[in-house]
Amino acid sequence: MIEISHLCKRFGELTVLDDISLTINYGEIYGIIGQSGAGKSTLLRCINGLEKYQSGSVKVDGREVGALSTAELHKLQKQMGMIFQNFNLLSRLNVFDNVALPMRFAGLNPRKPEHRERILELIELVGLSDKLKARPRELSGGQKQRVAIARALVLNPHILLCDEATSALDPRITQGILSLLTRIRDEMNITVVVVTHQMEVVKQICERVSFLKDSRLIQEGRPEDLFVMPNADINAFLGKTDETLPTTGRNVRIFFTENAEEAPVISMMARDLNVDFSICRADLNDFRGQILGSLVLNVKEEDAPRVLAYLKKAGCIVEEGN
Amino acid sequence: MLDPQMWQMITKAFGETVTMVLWSTLFSVILGIIPAVLLTLTAPDGLRPNKPVYSVLSFVVNVFRSFPFIILMVIVIPLTRAIAGKAIGTRAAIVPLTISAIPFVARVIESALRETDPGLIEAARSFGASDLQIFTRVYFKEALPGILAGIILTMISLVGYSAMGGAIGAGGLGDVAIRKGYQAYKIEYLIATSAVLIVFVQLIQSIGNWIYNRLS
Repeated sequence: MIEISHLCKRFGELTVLDDISLTINYGEIYGIIGQSGAGKSTLLRCINGLEKYQSGSVKVDGREVGALSTAELHKLQKQMGMIFQNFNLLSRLNVFDNVALPMRFAGLNPRKPEHRERILELIELVGLSDKLKARPRELSGGQKQRVAIARALVLNPHILLCDEATSALDPRITQGILSLLTRIRDEMNITVVVVTHQMEVVKQICERVSFLKDSRLIQEGRPEDLFVMPNADINAFLGKTDETLPTTGRNVRIFFTENAEEAPVISMMARDLNVDFSICRADLNDFRGQILGSLVLNVKEEDAPRVLAYLKKAGCIVEEGN
Repeated sequence: MLDPQMWQMITKAFGETVTMVLWSTLFSVILGIIPAVLLTLTAPDGLRPNKPVYSVLSFVVNVFRSFPFIILMVIVIPLTRAIAGKAIGTRAAIVPLTISAIPFVARVIESALRETDPGLIEAARSFGASDLQIFTRVYFKEALPGILAGIILTMISLVGYSAMGGAIGAGGLGDVAIRKGYQAYKIEYLIATSAVLIVFVQLIQSIGNWIYNRLS
C-alpha cells in the first residue's frame, strides 16, 4: 500500500508537486495522468525515493520513504521495479544479462541455478525466450520494453512503477504491453502504478486514476468517473474544447455511465415518440471491457421538451446544449 | 635504402619507441583513471555533483595539458631522477611521457564515461544500486569501448611525443629521424623512420578498431 499525503516538492523556486494526497491499494493498477510538466513523473519518483520531497509524507507499506537511510532506501528500491519511456537497457549487455542486472546489484549471482531459472522464467513470461543472447539494438521498441519489464520483476517486487512506458511505442505494440502489465498484476498480484499522458492507457488498464494539472491533483476516481463526464480541466487535457455542433435545433448530450445497455433507449425513443433527430457526435470508449461515453443528439426545437422528458424518465443522464 | 647499418639502428630505435609508448600508456591510464572518475563523479550531472572539486580538478588538468612537452620534460627532471634513478635514457623518458599523458587520459576517459545515457544511471538507481555498483556495472560497462578508443588515441599521441625523447637521450625513431635524417641530411633515414612510424601507428589503430568492434 502506498499512502501519499500533503506531498510538496520544489526544485528551487519552482513548485512541481503541490499538496498531493492519494492512496494506492495493494494489487491495484493505479493511473497518474496529466500533461507533460504536470509533475506526474516526479510524483512517481518520490514513491521509490529517486526524488526527495520538502514536506508531506510518502509511505510505502507504512514506512516513510523520505526518512529512510541510504541502505534502507536501497533495500526498499529492490522491492519496487520500474520501467521507463526509453527502456533504459544497457546496450552492451544481452537480454539475459540485462534482466539479471538488478540481481547483481542485490549481490545475487545470476549463474546460480535458482536465479538463472527465475531470469529464464521472466524472459519466457514476456515472450522473448528466443532472444536470450540478443543485444538491445537488435530488438524492436516493444521487445525492449518487454526486456525492461522482465528486468523490473527479477527481484520479485510487490510494486511496479511505469513511467510513460508506452509513450514511445506505436498503438498496436502498446496494446501488447498493456495486456502484459494486466497479466503480470493478475498472476503475480503486484501493485502497478502507471504514469502516462495517454488516455488510452488509463481507460484500458487502470482501476483508479488521478488527474494532475499544474502540480496539483485535480480529480481522483475510476477512469469512467473522470472521462465519461469530464470536467473543464479534463476536457482541456483531452483537447475537446472546440467541439463543433449544429447551431440550429437543440443539442442533447446523453451520458452512458454504467453500461451501454442503455443504448437501445435511443431507438426506443424514436419509435415511441415518433421523432426525427440526428446523432451528431458519439464519444464511446472501452473502459476495461465496458463501453461508456456520451452521444449528442440534435433534435428539433419543438421536440426537445418531449425528448428530454423521455430520456430522463428512462434514467439517462442528460445535458442540454444550446 | 638497404643499408644494413641503417636498419640495425632503426630496429634498435623502434624497440626504444615501443618501450616508451607502451610503458607510458600503461602508467598514464592507471594514473589517469583516478582524476577521470573524480571528474565524472563531481560533474554537474554526476552522482555526487560538487562544483568546487570539479572546477579545481578541471583547472589542474588543463594546466598540465597546456605545458609544451619539451618544457615539461625539463621541469620534471628532479622527479624523473627520483623515480627512474637517472635523468637520461629510454627509461627516464617514460616519466615525463606518463606525466604529460595523464591529463589527456583523464579527459578522454572522463568524456567517455560522461557519455553514458543518464537514463541508465536512473534505472540502476531505481533498482537500489550503490554508487560503486553504478560506476562498475553501468558507467564502466557502457563506456568501455569509448575508453578503449581514448587509450588508442593516447597511445598514438605518445608515439609523437616520444620523438622528442631524444632531447634527454631516450633514443627512439624520432631521435634517429632528427639526428640522422634532418641534421645529417640523410634523406633515406628520414624516409625509413617515417615509414616505420606510419606502419606502427596504423597497426595500433587497426588493433584498436578491432577490439572496439568486438566490444561494442
